[in-house]
Amino acid sequence: MLRTLTPAVIGILVRRGVDFAATEDAVQDALVEAVRVWPTDPPRDPKGWLVAVSWRKFVDATRADTSRRRREVLVQAEPPPDPGEEVDDTLALYFLCAHPSLTSASAVALTLRAVGGLTTRQIAQAYLVPEPTMAQRISRAKRTVSGVRFNQPGDVATVLRVLYLVFNEGYSGDVDLAAEAIRLTRQLAARIRHAEVAGLLALMLLHHARRAARTDSRGRLVPLAEQDRSRWDTRLIAEGVHVLQTALARDRLGEYQAQAAIAALHADARTAEETDWVQIVGWYDELVRLTDSPVARLNRAVAVGEADGPRAGLAALAGLDSALPRYRAVAAYLHERDGDLARAARLYAEAARSAASLPERDHLTRQAARLNADLRT
Amino acid sequence: MARYLLLKHYRGGPTPLTDVPMDKWTPEEISAHVQYMQDFAERLEGTGEFVDGQALSPEGTFVRYDGEGRPPVTDGPFAETKDLIAGWMVLDVDTYERALELAAELSAAPGVGGEPLHEWIEVRPFLAAPPTIAE
Repeated sequence: MLRTLTPAVIGILVRRGVDFAATEDAVQDALVEAVRVWPTDPPRDPKGWLVAVSWRKFVDATRADTSRRRREVLVQAEPPPDPGEEVDDTLALYFLCAHPSLTSASAVALTLRAVGGLTTRQIAQAYLVPEPTMAQRISRAKRTVSGVRFNQPGDVATVLRVLYLVFNEGYSGDVDLAAEAIRLTRQLAARIRHAEVAGLLALMLLHHARRAARTDSRGRLVPLAEQDRSRWDTRLIAEGVHVLQTALARDRLGEYQAQAAIAALHADARTAEETDWVQIVGWYDELVRLTDSPVARLNRAVAVGEADGPRAGLAALAGLDSALPRYRAVAAYLHERDGDLARAARLYAEAARSAASLPERDHLTRQAARLNADLRT
Repeated sequence: MARYLLLKHYRGGPTPLTDVPMDKWTPEEISAHVQYMQDFAERLEGTGEFVDGQALSPEGTFVRYDGEGRPPVTDGPFAETKDLIAGWMVLDVDTYERALELAAELSAAPGVGGEPLHEWIEVRPFLAAPPTIAE
């Protein structure tokens, strides 16, 4: 796959002394040419071809722009010898593109372009913004990190955060962002032995396995308990569980492993009734301990409601901020199970008004309508 | 990453701080106001946050279906509609706070005497795609 070569080619040019922004542009141009030329004239050494063409693109761009750049860059007609891969350039590129000085939107865009090899147009379409806006976002991001030394070791946590966002928050356009996030996380996991990298990969695989069952033929959201589990991808589940077990064996627990463990327990249940909610509550306790996140506490309350009954779930909900996203949806669900249908209907309707997405809003509205219909009869 | 709609209203918001209709401004004041809006949009394209911006005519017509084979029923325009949208800008920003900050900047567009208009801008989030990981 052409795009898998992108980070290594960028790395080689950067180590030849070309600045990151110019390199990234040149490699993009070379990728476009490869898509045009390779189908009829495939190179014997794809990476060598990309390096040579990227170098030529860089030289051309520099020549076209010499008056401004004359004093900045010494242009050589022939590329200097490859200094050899002393360090892992691909890894360095992940760190650079997720640098803490970048906003999350910029880090996501830069990672998809420089590490993922997607075009600006594809990224713009995936995030529903105009192409010039995305082009500016990317070039600003490149300027922001231009002073960062390429091989500086970075924080794995920031890289994981970016990959998590790519997986979790995108529209379903022509570019399959979830699949791309998995590819990039897989590539990262192959380069770095880190329990949380494996944990995130497992988390993605286990959730991706449910994709076909998550919406019905009309695009409506199907809650976990009602999903047709025969449509879950058992191959992805097996891989996710294996990756997770290997990670857990390193005994360096983190939030992604804990979330993956919860997803694995759901994957393990052949029916919703078989779900091991007691173990799931245990993992939520870990997750709350690791992150102290209100969202984790909210999800824990759902699990407690399943393990120990709705009253216990409502008790776990007490003390949480009712302004939390999905708080009212959770409260509605627990009150319904506790038999207070009127209160549940009211809460579902309120939850629908504050839903952050259209499928969630429609789902919650239907829940309120279902209860109101029951209450009338 | 979240998308917000910034709405400018001809009418319908909280009581405006200054209430001189635009046709009582000087031509230079109107030009300065329009220029400010254009500069604002251009700057946000530069920061990678601009999605769309449009202005609407105040004259609108209400339309509804009137049954098979019948022409649509129209009503209006209504001179005194309570809420009247003048235009919008769509932004893609990192946080809600950033959306508020930019709406406040838009509200500072110059009006009479080149002074900031302090216009009320309505900020509304778009419904996003549902997150994959929800449990």
